[in-house]
Amino acid sequence: MMRSLRNAVVAAALVLATPFAANAAGEVVKPPAQDWSFGGLFGTFDRASAQRGFQVYKEVCAACHAMKQISYRNLAEIGLSEDEIRAIAAEVQVQDGPNDDGEMFERPGRASDRFRSPFPNERAARAVNNGAYPVDLSLIIKARGGGADYLYALLTGYRDEPPPGVPVMDGMHYNDYFPGHWIAMGRPLNDDQIVYADGTPATTSQMARDVTTFMAWAAEPELEQRRAMGVRVILFLTILAGMTYAVKRKIWADLKH
Amino acid sequence: MAGLHKSDMKNPVVRWIDERLPIPSMLNKEYAQFPTPKNFNYFWNFGALAMVNLVVMIVTGIFLAMHYTAHTAYAFDSVERIMRDVNYGWLIRYIHMNGASMFFIVVYIHIFRGLYYGSYKTPRELLWMLGVVILLLMMATAFMGYVLPWGQMSFWGATVITNLFSAIPIVGPDIVVWLWGGFSVDNPTLNRFFSLHYLLPFLIVGVVFLHVVALHITGSNNPLGIEPKGPQDTIPFHPYYTIKDTFGLCIYLIVFAFLVFFMPNYLGHADNYIPANPLVTPAHIVPEWYFLPFYAILRAVPDKLGGVLLMFGSIAVLFVLPWLDTSPVRSMKFRPLARPFFWMFAIACVVLGYAGAMPAEGIWVTISRVGTAYYFMYFLVILPVLGKLERPRPLPESISAPVLRGGGPVPAGASAKPMEKA
Repeated sequence: MMRSLRNAVVAAALVLATPFAANAAGEVVKPPAQDWSFGGLFGTFDRASAQRGFQVYKEVCAACHAMKQISYRNLAEIGLSEDEIRAIAAEVQVQDGPNDDGEMFERPGRASDRFRSPFPNERAARAVNNGAYPVDLSLIIKARGGGADYLYALLTGYRDEPPPGVPVMDGMHYNDYFPGHWIAMGRPLNDDQIVYADGTPATTSQMARDVTTFMAWAAEPELEQRRAMGVRVILFLTILAGMTYAVKRKIWADLKH
Repeated sequence: MAGLHKSDMKNPVVRWIDERLPIPSMLNKEYAQFPTPKNFNYFWNFGALAMVNLVVMIVTGIFLAMHYTAHTAYAFDSVERIMRDVNYGWLIRYIHMNGASMFFIVVYIHIFRGLYYGSYKTPRELLWMLGVVILLLMMATAFMGYVLPWGQMSFWGATVITNLFSAIPIVGPDIVVWLWGGFSVDNPTLNRFFSLHYLLPFLIVGVVFLHVVALHITGSNNPLGIEPKGPQDTIPFHPYYTIKDTFGLCIYLIVFAFLVFFMPNYLGHADNYIPANPLVTPAHIVPEWYFLPFYAILRAVPDKLGGVLLMFGSIAVLFVLPWLDTSPVRSMKFRPLARPFFWMFAIACVVLGYAGAMPAEGIWVTISRVGTAYYFMYFLVILPVLGKLERPRPLPESISAPVLRGGGPVPAGASAKPMEKA
C-alpha cells in the first residue's frame, strides 16, 4: 500500500514536472503599474474602453480562449443595448437539445447563453494548439498575481528575438513578463489588426489596454456596486461608532475610576 | 427540589415562562448583573467580537450552502455563479471569505491578550483549554472551507495537508487513503470536507458555550491580573460592557467592511481563481495567512514526521501552558523580566508567519528554525524558569486602588497574601 502510493506520487510528480518545469521554476518579473480607470479605491470601468476590449476579445482572443463564466446578457453592464446584445449572440451557433426526436441541434445564440467556447473540451483545444491549453479568461485578472498590470504587460511584452545568449525554444515565444519567459501563445496583438467601431486607432497598447479593461470587468462585474455600497456602509458605521462612543462616555461618566 | 422557579420578572408573560424555564433569570444574572472587573481595556472586547464573528460565519455559510455544489466538476463554477448570478451572492461570499480572516485576527488578539495578562492561570485553566479546543476546531473548519471552492490552492493545500498524516509510522499511508476516501484528493474528499465544514462550526458553538460557562464560574481576568476584592471593584456587565462591546463592534465592522468592499481578495491567493487541476502543481503552495506560522514550523524541520509533530506540538503546548508558567503573578504589567520575552514571542510568531509565506530555502529555513526554537523555548524553558527567578513588581491591593505608593505586598509564590480592603 505504502509503496504503491509512493510510486503513484513519484509518477505524478514526474508527469507534472516535465511540461511545466520551465513555468514553475521561471523567474517572475514584476509588471510596471498602469493607470486604470477601475484602479484605486473608487475607480469605475471605462465603458467605451471595455466595449472596445470586448471587440478585441471577440475578434482576436475568442479564436482560442473561452470565457465560459460570462453570458451575452452580461454585456449590458458595460453599456451594450439589448438589441446589440441579441445581435452579437445571434452571430454564433450554439448546440442545444435534445429535441423531441432525441437529436441535438444547432441554433443561433441567445442573450441568455454563455459565451460560446471555441473548443468543445480541453483535449480539443490542446490538439490544435501544439499541446498548449488556452486558458479560460473569465477570471484571468483575479487569477494572476499582477492582475490587470500583468495582463497588459504580457500582451505588450513580446519580443521577436530572445535576448542575446538565450537559446531559442521551438514553437515557443519569448515574453518579458511570462513566468519563465517562453510562452506557447504567439504575439496576439499587432498594430491595426482590427478596426475599432468607434474609430479609435487600434495600436497594440490601445488594444491591450482595452481588452484588459474588459477582462477586469469580466472578472469582477460586481466591482462598481461593491465599492459604492462600501462607501455607504463605512460612512454609516463611522457615524454609528461615533454615536456609540458618545453613549459609552455618558454611561461610564458616573463611574469613579 | 421540584417546583416553579421563583421569578423576579415584572412582565407577566416573561414571568410565566421564567417560572417554568428560567432562561430570562439566567440571562439577567449572567449578562445584565454579572459582576465584571471595572478596569477592562479594549483588549477585553475580542471575546465578544469572536462570538459575533462566529455567528456571521454561520449565517453567511448557511446561505452559501444553499447555492454551492459539492462536486469536483461543479464546485468552482457554482462559486462563480454565487459571485455573478445569486442576488448579493458576491457580498455573502466575500463576507464569509474575509470573515474567516477576521475570525483569526480577532481570536489571535484574544489569545495574545490571554498570554499577556495571564488569563490562563489558576483558576482559569479549563477556560483556557476550552479556548485552545475552539482554536483547533476553527483551524480544521477553515482548512476544509478553503478546499470547497476547488481552486488550485484548495486542491493542492488539501493534498499537502492531508499528506502530512502519511508521516505517521506504519499506519500513516492507510490513514491518508481513509481521509481522502480514495487514492488522491478527489470528489469523496470534497464531499466529506463540505459535510464536516458544515458540522464543525456547530461543535464550535457548543465549546464556546462551555467556554462562556467556565468564564462565568471564575469571572473574568483583568489587566491588573488580581481578583476583585469586593463590589467596589466590579460593575454590572450591562450597561457598562454591553455599550463598550458595541463600540468595539462598530470599529471591528469598519475594518471588516473595508476588507469586504475594497480589498476582498487581498488576503487570498490568486491561484485559487484557477480551477483545481491535479496535473498542474502551483509554483508555491502556501496556506491561508493565518496558518503561515504553523506552516513555517512544519517546514523548519528536515524530517517530515518531526515537522508534523512540532506543528501539532505548537498547539498542544498551549494546553499545558497553565502548568508551564510557574509565576503566580498573572499580568505582565508586574513582570518586568517576563515582558520582553513575551514581546519577543509575539515577534517570533510574526516572523514565522512571514517565513511561512516564503519558499523553504536559503535564509528562510534558518529564520524558521530560529523562530520555531524560540516559540518552544518560550513555553518550555523561559516561562517555567522565569517564574522562579523573577522578582515581580508589587501588586496593587485592589482593582479600585491600583496606584500604590511605597510598595505593597510582594507576592512570592503561594506565600503572597493580598491585603483585605476595608
